[in-house]
Amino acid sequence: MRGHFEDHVAISGIGLSDVGRRLQRDPWALTAQAALRAIADAGLSPDDIDGVSTYPGGAYPSPGLSGAGLWDVRRMLGLDLRWLSGGSEVAGQIGSVINAAVAVSSGIVDHVLCFRSVWESTHQMDMGRAAAVMGQRRSVDDDAARVQGDREFTVPFGVGHACHGGLLAQRYFYEHGATREQLAQIALVARENAARNPDAVYREPLTMDDYLGARMISEPLCLYDCDPPVDGSVVLVVSRREAAPDTGHPPILLEAVGSTPGIDAAGSMLWARSPRLTPGDVDIAEVYDGWSVLSLLWLESLGLCGRGEAAKFIEGGSRIARDGELPVNTGGGQLSAGRLHGYIQLYEACLQLRGGAGDHQVKPVPEVAVVSTGAGHFTGCMLVSTG
Amino acid sequence: MTVPEVVAEPFARVRPKITGRNAHFWQGGADGRLRLLRCQSCGTYLHPPTAACWSCRSLHVVPEVLSGRGVVYAYTINHYRWLPDMEPPYVVAEVELVEQEGLRLMTNIVECPLDQVRTGMEVEVVFAQHGDVYIPLFRPVTAA
Repeated sequence: MRGHFEDHVAISGIGLSDVGRRLQRDPWALTAQAALRAIADAGLSPDDIDGVSTYPGGAYPSPGLSGAGLWDVRRMLGLDLRWLSGGSEVAGQIGSVINAAVAVSSGIVDHVLCFRSVWESTHQMDMGRAAAVMGQRRSVDDDAARVQGDREFTVPFGVGHACHGGLLAQRYFYEHGATREQLAQIALVARENAARNPDAVYREPLTMDDYLGARMISEPLCLYDCDPPVDGSVVLVVSRREAAPDTGHPPILLEAVGSTPGIDAAGSMLWARSPRLTPGDVDIAEVYDGWSVLSLLWLESLGLCGRGEAAKFIEGGSRIARDGELPVNTGGGQLSAGRLHGYIQLYEACLQLRGGAGDHQVKPVPEVAVVSTGAGHFTGCMLVSTG
Repeated sequence: MTVPEVVAEPFARVRPKITGRNAHFWQGGADGRLRLLRCQSCGTYLHPPTAACWSCRSLHVVPEVLSGRGVVYAYTINHYRWLPDMEPPYVVAEVELVEQEGLRLMTNIVECPLDQVRTGMEVEVVFAQHGDVYIPLFRPVTAA
């Protein structure tokens, strides 16, 4: 291995804004709230921040999927930047954090503010269901409504986001003989964790009967297999390890990253970059659950269970429960805590490793967490620890 | 090969923006034939449309006619109304074309009851005309 840049990186601060359905609040205000919380949490002042990294940047076509851009944050907080990076072509949502880690390890900056803000929930209020695909409500005969780029080969066929998850799940069920009752545990366990997490959006009890009786979205995925859009912002401060102030809470150390395209390849890369830890050392897994089936694919790619065995591994839910052998999505995941889009997984991992998760804290306090985000070729994962 | 067919649908689909790169795919179906780019150096079919062969890096890629036959690799019955004019439920599928392993198109399965779609089912292309575009859909292969 040519150098291990991760050795120079810590996550020094974490911040979460108010989060909810249809908050009808300015997404810039939510972003600033989370940013100031994260900076204070790191024991820093905004004047110490010399880098910013974000996904997906201010100009993103899906409505509400970007609540603030890099320039917006720079201006709002009066940041004096020497390195910056914002955009959607990264290694999963968390790829923007990996970029920040590479930057601080290079020495060009000490403290990078990484943010992810969404306000889909409020934005969709006026647009109805068509918002998720069409972007704007207008006649399909309108030439301006023609699709291109990522949508060119999906929208003409009525392929919404969840259809991709439906296809993955159907193929997974076909190859491995998995069932809806098995897959349900991703959603059910997440909801049990969310019930104890005041920051989660959906906290009322969810039973297997509720799950099996829920309306289908894209078979075999039902309503509870798809993460709900929310409003909120998550901010993380990535620091050069030697520059991180002593704040009293244990520093979160970056152990390894997986930044190559593809769920399987990213998981393999993560362990190839981990000189010290192996899958058996993982105490908690915050695995992406934009659709429940993605958590199964990530559990396998990260070596946390055997190939094709994830559905059996989670069956009954006890293994992945908060008091199980491998707690998964301990804060409720995106399924119950809301689509905070890849950053909430890392936020939750840091909270758990610090022992600061309150009623949903895993006991004993975990020391190693794996975090994964994305799907398809848009994938990134990260291994963090308290050393 | 069965007789190529272009059909009309009683609803409007969202159309792609036609460019020099994709016209063969979206408009080539006017005669009922499926066309994809193929590398003239190594023979690899390339989809979505591209300017170079990902396998051998040749820049010599041109559209060719395919058989239009394939098998269902994965499918999902979609129940959500993503678009104002496309009434659910309908079947979204990835069809793997017979010409090349892993060569898959996102599409809809038509002329087939929803509960009859199966992984591995043999299907053939049929084009739905929507104005200036011909959208490649797939239907079960029926015994000749």
